[in-house]
Amino acid sequence: MSLSWMAWTWQTATFFILLAMVLAGMGLWEWKRPGGNPRRGIFGLDTTRGDRLFITLLGSGFIALGWLSFIGSPPYGALVICALWAIFVFRRV
Amino acid sequence: MAAKTANHKAWWLVAPVVALVAFNALIPMMTVVNYSFQETFGDNVFFFEGFKWYEQVLGSERFHAALGRQLAFTFTILVIEIPLGVAVALAMPRKGIGVSVCLVLMALPLLIPWNVVGAMWNIFALPDIGLLGRALNGLGLAYDFTQDPTSAWITTIVMDVWHWTSLVVLLAYAGLRSIPEAYYQAAKIDGASAWAIFRHIQLSKMKRVLTIAVLLRFMDSFMIYTEPFVLTGGGPGNTTTFLSIDLVKIALGQFDLGPAAAMSLIYFLIVLLLSWVFYSLMMRNEER
Repeated sequence: MSLSWMAWTWQTATFFILLAMVLAGMGLWEWKRPGGNPRRGIFGLDTTRGDRLFITLLGSGFIALGWLSFIGSPPYGALVICALWAIFVFRRV
Repeated sequence: MAAKTANHKAWWLVAPVVALVAFNALIPMMTVVNYSFQETFGDNVFFFEGFKWYEQVLGSERFHAALGRQLAFTFTILVIEIPLGVAVALAMPRKGIGVSVCLVLMALPLLIPWNVVGAMWNIFALPDIGLLGRALNGLGLAYDFTQDPTSAWITTIVMDVWHWTSLVVLLAYAGLRSIPEAYYQAAKIDGASAWAIFRHIQLSKMKRVLTIAVLLRFMDSFMIYTEPFVLTGGGPGNTTTFLSIDLVKIALGQFDLGPAAAMSLIYFLIVLLLSWVFYSLMMRNEER
């Protein structure tokens, strides 16, 4: 089956593989150490681990867009900010 | 005591849904991501461009203008439709034949296909042959939605209000009907005013359905395409060119698939963020 119509590149394939690995990793984490009930973080929201992953990914998308808007490519700096954002969200939100 | 059983075969029952979502959402979304990093001139030939299209779209005046118009439109219709829907629901009868009559009347606009609504309002509002257009011009108003941006905006908003307020009415009415009679009796004994009953009983009991109404109307209006496209075609000029209309122009009119894909993903992220913010705020208020 040809997938040429999907216009795959190794860069986008890597992105999706990493995303799938993150989701699988979250599943594995929950299976090994169940996260229990939602907790209330600094934004006053009750969040589970899955919610925090969603907030991390959504925020990372906007961090990348902000970087491209104001600084431009390559967005390596945005990647560092996204990693810091992920740590912040998983610890505090 | 019977042992606890776990039947993991049940997971297979969700397989059709997973397959459906994969084919109608996941695979198209992956393809859009792939397109957003490349340039193509057709024939499945692609050239990698990195983040070029994202930078181009984010820095484009055209995108900013379409986003501004989209936000203004969505905000306006929410401000009109939600209070109006609640007001109509409060005015609807609670028993008798009137209930069925009102419910059928309210459901009618929702049953009309979107392109028919656009065509209907287009003909209705035409300044030369339309009933509304001729009536307004007969009253001395300079109304022409094909030439005048203000008329085009008002017509688009009125059309949306006409089409979708009944959804808010039906949801709010369902919320009102679910309030037990004892609440009203207790309020009557306490001598509560009509405003107090509305504020502390009806509105607080309608919160959940109004959350759904705001979310549905926000998402629908933020992604609106068919009705304004049929009514005004995005004009006059670009004054009613909302994000989705602009997106279709770029993707299918200009065949700029890379920029269109980047714009789609930015658009998607904005919808996702705003929906999440709305939902989180409303859920937080409900818990208090």
